[in-house]
Amino acid sequence: MGKKLLLKDDHIAGIQSYDVYRKNGGYASVEKAVKTMTTEAVVEEVKKSGLRGRGGAGFPTGMKWSFLAKPPGIARYLVCNADESEPGTFKDRYLMERIPHLLIEGMITSSYALGANTSYIYIRGEYYYVARILEKAIDEAYANGWLGKNILGSEYSLDLYVQIGAGAYICGEETALLESLEGKRGNPRIKPPFPAVAGLYGCPTVVNNVETIAAVVPIVNDGGDEYAKIGIGKSTGTKLISASGHINKPGVYEIDLGVPVEEFIFSDKYCGGIRGGKKFKAVVAGGSSVPILPADLILKTAKGEPRLMSYESLADGGFATGTMLGSGGFIVMDEDTSIVKNLWNFTRFYHHESCGQCSPCREGTGWMEKILHRILDGHGTMSDIDLLWDIQGKIEGKTICPLGDAAAWPVAAAIRHFRSEFEEYIKNPKSIKDVKHYYRLNNLQSA
Amino acid sequence: MAKVTIDGHMIEVPDGTTILQAARMIGGDVVPPAMCYYSKLKTSGGYCRTCLVKVTKGSEKDPRPMPKPVASCRTPVMDGMEVQNKTAPDLLEARAGVVEFLLINHPLDCPICDQAGECSLQDLAYEHGLSRTRYEFSRRTFQKIDIGEKIKLHMTRCILCYRCVKVAEQITDGRVHGVLNRGDVSEISTYISQAVDNDFSGNMIDVCPVGALTDRTFRFKSRVWNVNPVDAHRDCPTCSGRVMLWMKGAEVFRVTARKDEYAEVLDTPDGKPGWICNTCRFDKKETKDWIVDGPSKIDRHSVISQNHYVLQEPAHKPLLNAVQAVPTSWQLENKK
Ligand SMILES: Cc1cc2nc3c(=O)[nH]c(=O)nc-3n(C[C@H](O)[C@H](O)[C@H](O)COP(=O)(O)O)c2cc1C
Ligand code: SF4
Ligand code: FES
Repeated sequence: MGKKLLLKDDHIAGIQSYDVYRKNGGYASVEKAVKTMTTEAVVEEVKKSGLRGRGGAGFPTGMKWSFLAKPPGIARYLVCNADESEPGTFKDRYLMERIPHLLIEGMITSSYALGANTSYIYIRGEYYYVARILEKAIDEAYANGWLGKNILGSEYSLDLYVQIGAGAYICGEETALLESLEGKRGNPRIKPPFPAVAGLYGCPTVVNNVETIAAVVPIVNDGGDEYAKIGIGKSTGTKLISASGHINKPGVYEIDLGVPVEEFIFSDKYCGGIRGGKKFKAVVAGGSSVPILPADLILKTAKGEPRLMSYESLADGGFATGTMLGSGGFIVMDEDTSIVKNLWNFTRFYHHESCGQCSPCREGTGWMEKILHRILDGHGTMSDIDLLWDIQGKIEGKTICPLGDAAAWPVAAAIRHFRSEFEEYIKNPKSIKDVKHYYRLNNLQSA
Repeated sequence: MAKVTIDGHMIEVPDGTTILQAARMIGGDVVPPAMCYYSKLKTSGGYCRTCLVKVTKGSEKDPRPMPKPVASCRTPVMDGMEVQNKTAPDLLEARAGVVEFLLINHPLDCPICDQAGECSLQDLAYEHGLSRTRYEFSRRTFQKIDIGEKIKLHMTRCILCYRCVKVAEQITDGRVHGVLNRGDVSEISTYISQAVDNDFSGNMIDVCPVGALTDRTFRFKSRVWNVNPVDAHRDCPTCSGRVMLWMKGAEVFRVTARKDEYAEVLDTPDGKPGWICNTCRFDKKETKDWIVDGPSKIDRHSVISQNHYVLQEPAHKPLLNAVQAVPTSWQLENKK
């Protein structure tokens, strides 16, 4: 395992409190940035670091920051996306709960770089207790002069607020988040204009994930070049992975990007292999919306190369044989897992969370859920599989926001890689009820 | 100015024009259908996705095609842009998908719906839809509600175009209705059944593309093709007073704003949208209230202009159902 950057002080008792955090080198990046660097220089370091957005899309953060419009006399905002609602993703919670000051420090340094004098952390309603932790940390930061007017005696002032959402997945989509933050119904906006031009209250705004903002701290402390040395190719730095499912050691791991998937799943440093000595069946590698891959394709690409935990390697082969790093929600499934039941669960989630603005997502997600439910009820027909395939194709790429895609991809991938499992449920409805999944009964090779 | 080509027709339009507006300037078949966009309402459009088009060339500067179909009503043209609407079979298939989505939860109660005959969804379904549904589950229903004395909301028919919400926001004072709930159970509602009572609220009926908002003073009085539309005006202190009277003999059955070929209210001669007030719409139902200008011009789309709904060979092969993207395993076995 390489050097930890975000979770390096995770083990220190009392690191949640300001004093302990500060004693262990906390807030050095604010000191360095505000006292010795221009705002452009901070942006330049972030660009050099190659840091990519950790919220799911992986857009280069430095580039996003340099797109921010800077009309004179108009406020700019930095908004931290702590809505973390993608099933299988729980890394932001871990980070905020364990080391709240790291996020606050990242917010101050990043706000300084962007010239924002008011910044927000938008956190999902279910993380109420985490919001309390953050608020305490913010109070401590104010009390010690890291927030408020003339930080460290400089010209720079910043106010930081925590805003609690009401628990909607869609409010993690950046423009829906901004609507919600403005006190409106959390509907995604129609783009353009993009937030970099007209975001919060119509002003230029940057929205970044919790982990992205936290990563700015080591980047400013050690320099962008140092950060870029970690990782592989365009996947630089470390990444928090929330590992869950049928593994021996579920939890949040900070990995160097580029670790082989096989090592991540089976090594004792990370997931520690499949629980109970079961056979390994499939992985959803980056949160529920990314395509599921069967064991052979997640361990090796279609070309037979070992697959790595990086943006490029996981995406190798496109959606036909690859997937995405996404938000880093790594869900492992053993041989007893029913792909169809799991898919129904995901689809039910997207149906429930659709905001309902655009027709393909509003109507299509519910339709797919009903068909999957019918199959699981033992009333499916073979044409249902084709119908599902057709519906997902008619949602994908035709919606206002990517939630439509997020609902379509899991359906497509499950049919693409596990079609036989749907057919088995339809031909032999008894196998649905069977707790010992039919894979083992029929002695089938998984995938 | 920007040059844009849509289905092979080139036109030069001012910067900032949307693809849909440019297509409307060309007119005819190249105009994509629009269910939620309404040129007279700011921020309308983008929701229904029926106006999707394929951009095969982004612009002269950046000729790359756009990776996904775009909503023509909200996408500005670029100089040198090339767009396909009717000429792209894959786009027509995508649109047929959108139409199907709009219909799966629609009650299809046209035989008892007041909007039948002047319903945009009906037109859309005839042109792009299937003659049968692939949706085999129960459809969503809502209770009917009265929005004030004059307007009936039949949410079951609503396609959530948000047009009426924008009317409430933009042309009545103080929005009293919006959208409640989320996803496929969203509904248009007056907040806590507060009645919409406002001089201009009746325009919600005119902007509604389906039969979700209907005129309570006209409900079930006549099929629209059995009443004759004539243009008329009166000197109204509140609005332009320029209306369409829907008459049978000498009797006025209903009053609406004048509409253009896209079922939007016509502008008045001074270039303002011809919204009409509730007094003109609901309370002036006598011929003596009005000065008649002559018969209204009815556009080709309307069932009132007869023979529109001849069953024609569709322009494209109906593609729904025809796709077989992934071979089934028994097909694979047969091939072996
Ligand atoms: C439906 C939907 C939900 C999303 N939820 C989250 C979320 O919970 N947290 C997050 O950081 N980004 C989420 N995103 C991505 C954001 O829109 C945005 O891309 C991200 O916050 C940008 O930050 P980054 O560049 O640091 O990754 C979501 C996107 C969509 C379409
Ligand atoms: S894709 Fe779904 S969630 Fe996104 S705007 Fe459309 S209806 Fe709302
Ligand atoms: S008319 Fe363009 S999306 Fe509805």
